[in-house]
Amino acid sequence: MGNIVLEKVHKCFGDVEVIPSVDLDIKDGEFVVFVGPSGCGKSTLLRLIAGLEDLTGGKIIIDGVDVSDSTPAKRELAMVFQSYALYPHMTVRKNIAFPLKMAGMPQDEIDKKVMAAAESLNLTDYLERTPGLLSGGQRQRVAIGRAIVRSPSAFLFDEPLSNLDAALRVNMRIEITDLHKELKTTMIYVTHDQVEAMTMADRIVVLQAGDVEQFGTPLDLYNKPVNRFVAGFIGSPKMNFVKGKDADEFDAHEIGFRPEHMSVSTTKGRWKGVVSVAEHLGADTFLHVKTDEVGTLVTRSDGEINVNYGDTVYVSPNTDKIYRFGADGLAL
Amino acid sequence: MARKVTLQRKLGFTALAWFLGCIMFFPIFWMILTSFKTEIDAIASPPLVFFQATWENYQLVLNQSDYLKYFGNSVVIAGGSTILALLVAIPSAWSMAFSPTRHTKDVLMWMLSTKMMPPVGVLVPIYLMLKYLGLLDTRTGLVIIMMLINLPIIIWMLYTYFKEIPSEILEASRMDGAVLWKEIVYVLLPMALPGIASTLLLNLILAWNEAFWTLNLTAANAAPLTAFIASYSSPEGLFWSKLSAASTMAIAPIMVLGWFSQKQLVTGLTFGAVK
Repeated sequence: MGNIVLEKVHKCFGDVEVIPSVDLDIKDGEFVVFVGPSGCGKSTLLRLIAGLEDLTGGKIIIDGVDVSDSTPAKRELAMVFQSYALYPHMTVRKNIAFPLKMAGMPQDEIDKKVMAAAESLNLTDYLERTPGLLSGGQRQRVAIGRAIVRSPSAFLFDEPLSNLDAALRVNMRIEITDLHKELKTTMIYVTHDQVEAMTMADRIVVLQAGDVEQFGTPLDLYNKPVNRFVAGFIGSPKMNFVKGKDADEFDAHEIGFRPEHMSVSTTKGRWKGVVSVAEHLGADTFLHVKTDEVGTLVTRSDGEINVNYGDTVYVSPNTDKIYRFGADGLAL
Repeated sequence: MARKVTLQRKLGFTALAWFLGCIMFFPIFWMILTSFKTEIDAIASPPLVFFQATWENYQLVLNQSDYLKYFGNSVVIAGGSTILALLVAIPSAWSMAFSPTRHTKDVLMWMLSTKMMPPVGVLVPIYLMLKYLGLLDTRTGLVIIMMLINLPIIIWMLYTYFKEIPSEILEASRMDGAVLWKEIVYVLLPMALPGIASTLLLNLILAWNEAFWTLNLTAANAAPLTAFIASYSSPEGLFWSKLSAASTMAIAPIMVLGWFSQKQLVTGLTFGAVK
């Protein structure tokens, strides 16, 4: 079981309020990603759930039990840290066995569980090595092994992939997603990378300045952002925003449209501009078009498009896919 | 641009280093040499480099005074105070390194400031306190005093080593179910072992060589080797070669220890200087 409920969770560091008040209900077996810009309080929220930070106010309830004042050990959660946080003086075997040893499990049972975890993570050849002799990806696997070995009620991941190179990151992302499907245990995953969030999560919590802006499925967030912040944060490249008479036309304070919902033409269109950056990625081409009327707009077109730096183009949004926002930033 | 190191430069620096090393070692060398001279050779002017070596001084010193008793006292005082200090310093350095408060830096500064006062300034109060407690000229009294005197340095050293340990690793152990003492025993101490070892060695050396307090607070019973040396500069006159023999015997154990642990000492003292 791993149902985690946050009730009016509040956290201050000295006089600085980091998390004003957060309510969340994370269902058993769910993969939830906390995402937001640096300093939005996502890691703090995770550490509060872990018990590594004390609550200033509110309650944390795991499987119906109020654990607000319990030590990390009593909460039966496992955590994977950004820096892996392996014990450098212990072999891989001892690292994975450590939580079981702390739980006072008999040695033969520990051996069995460690072997099982090592096999599932392809670590059997490295059991007698110390972490210093492993590559980044292997270290990450050991950290995951140490987490899964004692079958916790939930896993907490604190930006676990940010120290890996791009290719390995994609692999590990898939491995963690597979692990979730296999174990069906609740996972809470913190990242600032919205691609990770979109690809891994069942539901995403978008945080800003310690507040939950939106809690929903990845496609909900993409299709129905509740406010301008979520609209701008989810999606890559970012949504374009336009104010003024163009927005008035749609009866809104501000309108937004995603780069993929725009058309580019060399002959006619809504706004005329000059290409200031052309990013040819192969499959896609991102154009940064500097217009006189509405500033720089980013478009996403087919990789085949033959437009380069300095060219004059016309861009138009797909009017069916326009997001409207009020003066308070909320979606209309 | 990389700095060019010419052969001449290298040779020059090597020669300079050897020269400085020899100057530093010379007093010890001369002391050992003198310990093998007769009293007359020892005060000869100009000083003698070649002479008839003799073991006489060592025999006399050993016969005259109970070297083993002094040696035993030194071991108990230096060893006891070091172990006691580590027992106090490890938890305090741990709490200051991993749960610092706004005043941690001030506490550390205050502890260090106690080392800035000349010891003689507190001699009388400490003497009186030990007297009232009945601890004058006892090994227990000296163990406590030596522990207190070196504690600031030990805490500072350990604090510096502990600061180098990423707190995430300790948090990981907490998540893995380690209670406080298990966190310290299974995770912190093994990781800080090089630092703790060099702290222990340095403190042993400091406590072994400490003369001010040992000379002032001991008489016959608890006197360590420093008092043993001092007893050879007596009102009856200076006996250079006997004093040298006594000194050589007093510093020999700690020299041997230092020689074998020099690598550990250097690694420990430069720990964290280079990432």
